[in-house]
Amino acid sequence: MATSTTAPDADRREPRAGSPARRPARRPRGPRRSLLPYLLLAPAIVLELAIHVIPMVVGVWMSMLELTQFHIRDWSTAPFIGFENYRATLDLNSAAGKELLHSFWITLAYSVLSVGFAWLLGISAAVVLQRPFRGRAILRALFLTPYALPVYAAVITWSFLLQRDTGLVNHVLVDQLGLLGERPFWLIGDNSFWSLLVVSVWRNWPFAFLCLMAGLQNVPGEMYEAAAIDGAGFWRRLRSVTLPMLRPVNLVLLLVLFLWTFNDFNTPFVLFGGSAPEQADLISIHIYRSSFKTWDFGSGSAMSVALLLFLLVVSAVYLLITNRRRDDHA
Amino acid sequence: MSRRHLGIFTAAVLAAASLTACGGSGDDSAASPKTLTYWASNQGASLEADKTILQPELDKFEKQTGIKVTVEVVPWSDLLNRLLAAAASGKGPDVVNIGNTWSASLQATGAMVEFDDATLQAVGGKDRIVPAALAAAGAPGKPPAAVPLYSMAYSLYYNKKSFADAGLTTPPTTWEQLAEYGKKLSTGGKWGLAIEGANPSENAHHAFTFSQQYGGEWFDSAGKPTFDTPQNVSAIKRYIDFMAADKITNPSNAEYAQNQSVSDFANGKAAMLLWQSAGSNLKTQNMPADAYGVAPVPFLASPPAGGKKVNSMVAGINMAVFKHTKNKDGALSFVKFMTSDEEQTLLNKTYGSLPAVKTAGSDPAFSATEQKTIQETLVTTAAPLPQVPEESTFETLVGTAMKELFADAASGKPVTEASVKAKLTDAQQKMR
Repeated sequence: MATSTTAPDADRREPRAGSPARRPARRPRGPRRSLLPYLLLAPAIVLELAIHVIPMVVGVWMSMLELTQFHIRDWSTAPFIGFENYRATLDLNSAAGKELLHSFWITLAYSVLSVGFAWLLGISAAVVLQRPFRGRAILRALFLTPYALPVYAAVITWSFLLQRDTGLVNHVLVDQLGLLGERPFWLIGDNSFWSLLVVSVWRNWPFAFLCLMAGLQNVPGEMYEAAAIDGAGFWRRLRSVTLPMLRPVNLVLLLVLFLWTFNDFNTPFVLFGGSAPEQADLISIHIYRSSFKTWDFGSGSAMSVALLLFLLVVSAVYLLITNRRRDDHA
Repeated sequence: MSRRHLGIFTAAVLAAASLTACGGSGDDSAASPKTLTYWASNQGASLEADKTILQPELDKFEKQTGIKVTVEVVPWSDLLNRLLAAAASGKGPDVVNIGNTWSASLQATGAMVEFDDATLQAVGGKDRIVPAALAAAGAPGKPPAAVPLYSMAYSLYYNKKSFADAGLTTPPTTWEQLAEYGKKLSTGGKWGLAIEGANPSENAHHAFTFSQQYGGEWFDSAGKPTFDTPQNVSAIKRYIDFMAADKITNPSNAEYAQNQSVSDFANGKAAMLLWQSAGSNLKTQNMPADAYGVAPVPFLASPPAGGKKVNSMVAGINMAVFKHTKNKDGALSFVKFMTSDEEQTLLNKTYGSLPAVKTAGSDPAFSATEQKTIQETLVTTAAPLPQVPEESTFETLVGTAMKELFADAASGKPVTEASVKAKLTDAQQKMR
C-alpha cells in the first residue's frame, strides 16, 4: 500500500539524464540484456502475486464455496455453491442483507466524515506551519505523534479514556467540569459512532498533515509574493495559489485516506473489543464477525469481494472525474 | 486514463484489495519428538500467573519423559479464533486447552484427535474420568474430541458484609428473591448484582441456564436452532431485566468484557456475582474467603410447565490434541500427565476448580464451601450445553444479541418481549 503515498512529481520532471549519447558503448544484443529487466522485476512480481493477487483470487474462490467448520480443514471437500453466498448476503430482505446495508451506510458516513475532518485539520496545520518560526520543528513532531504510535497501544488508550465509570473523559466532563449531569456511555449506543470517528480522525490527520506539508514545500515562494503584490489576502492566496498547487497531492491523499478508512479494521476492533455496537458496525468488523465468529468463511468472502468491487468502482469513477477536470483545465 | 492515473488506480486497487487478502497465520508446531507446543487457557488471575503456575509442572514432565513442553497462555478473547486458525491451517500447537462447550464445534472440523477407547486407555482409562465431564467433551454417540481437565459450575457469590448491612441473613434461592434483595443492596453507589454484559460467552452461558428453567431449548432434537421460542424470549428478558427493569445492576456493566464484574464484586461495588470458580480470582484481588458466601444459583419461584431444575451448565476446560501433531505419543503422554491424580489435585487446588478424574477428589481443599457447592451443582442440577457443531456459533450470536440488549438497557431504551424476540430471530437467521 505504501506505493501510493509518494506525491507524484509530474510537474517537476527533470530533463532526462543519461541520454544514449553519454552512455558507454552499448553491449551486444543477447539474452542477458533482454532478461535483465525481467530479473529486476521478478522479486516485485513474485511478492505482488503472493501478497495481493493470489489471496484475491483465493478470496473470490472461497466466496463460491460453502466453507464452514465442516470443511475448513480441507477446502476441497467444501461444496461449490456458485453465487449462493452472494445471494444470501446481498439479499436486502434478509436479516443478513439488511445488516450489511446498514453497515455499509455507517462505513460510508464514517469514511466521508473521517477523511473530511482529517484533511481539514491536516491542511490547517500545514498552512500554519508553512512559514518558519521558533518552535515549528517541535510542533511538527508533536502533530505527527498519533501517526507514529502503534495503533493498538493508541486505540487501547482511547478505549480506557472512554469507559463510562473509570474513563478520563467522563471524569473531566462530569466530575471536574460538571458539564453533564449523568455519565454518558461513549463506547455503546449512539455515541459510539462519534467516539470511533474522533479516534479515527486523531489517528489519520497527521498523515494528511505530512503529505500536505510535503506538498507545500513545492509551492514556490514567488507565487505568494506575486499574489500579495496583486493584493490577494490570506483566503484568496489559499484559494488561488495553495489549493491549486496542492491538487496532485490531494488527488492521491483523499483517495488513499478514503480507502484506508473504509477498510479500517484495527481502530474499531481494538476500541470495541471485537464486536462493535450496531451504531459503529463498520464493514470490516462486520465481515470479520460474519466469517470468524460464525465460522462461515464463504459468506465472509462474498462480502469482501462485493466490497472490493464497490471500492474499485468508487476509485475508477473518482479518477475519471478528476482526470477529466484536469484535462478541462489543461 | 493517463499513465500516471493508471499508476494511482493500480495502487488504489491494491489498497482496496488488502481487505480480501487476509490469510491464516502460520505457527510453530513442534517438529522434534522431544518437544511439544501447548496452548493453555487463562485460568488464573493473569496470563503471567498461569505461566508461573504451569511451568514447574512442565519441568516435571520434562524430567520424567525428556519431552520439553513450550507453553503459551492464550487469553479467552483470542482462544477460539486461534484454535480455528490452527485447525484450518494444519499448523499450530500439539496440545491445547479448550472451553468444554466448544468440543463438538471443534470436533466437527475433524482437526482433533479422537479419544476412542484405546486412546482413552493410553491417557489413563475412561473409567477414571467423571462421566458428566466426559459427556461435555464431544458430540453424543461419537468418541470424545477431548479429555476433561478442570471441572467447574456456576455458583452465586455474595458479599457477607453487604448482606448483613442490608439486614439479609441468607442468600436468595429464587430469582424473584434475588431481584428483591438486589434492590435492598443497590444503594449508596453500590449495586446488587454484577454482570459481564459485553462478554458474549458469559451471556450465552446464562442464556442456557435461564432457558432451561423456562423450559426452552436452543436447538431441537435434529440440531436445528430454536432461538426465538417464547420460552427463550422470557428467559433472556428475565436476565436482561436485572439491569433494565429491576435496576439492580450498574448500567456500566453493559461495557464489561474483561472480568470487571469480578473486580466490582471483590471491591464491594456489587454485592452478588454469578461466576464459575471465582474463589482464586477473588483471592488475588485481596478478597478473603471469609468475606463472601457461596450458594447455588437460584431458580424460578414458580417454574412454567416444562421448566427444568437446572442452575448451571457443566462448565470446564478440556484438553485436546491436534491431528497435525508430529508427536502424537508425546502429546498423549502429556495429556496423561496433566490428568494424573497428582497434577489434577495440584492444579485444580490452585485454580479453585474440581478434578475431572474421580480418583483425585480426596484432598481437603476440595471440601471447602465453594468447591462443595460446585460439586453439588455438578452432581444434581447442572446440564451440559448442547453438544452440536453449531454450539460456538450459538454462543457468539445469542451472546452478542444479549450484549446489544444490555447496551439498550444501559442507554435507557426499553427492553420488551418484542425487542428480545427480534434480536433472537435475527440471530437465528444468521445460522446456516
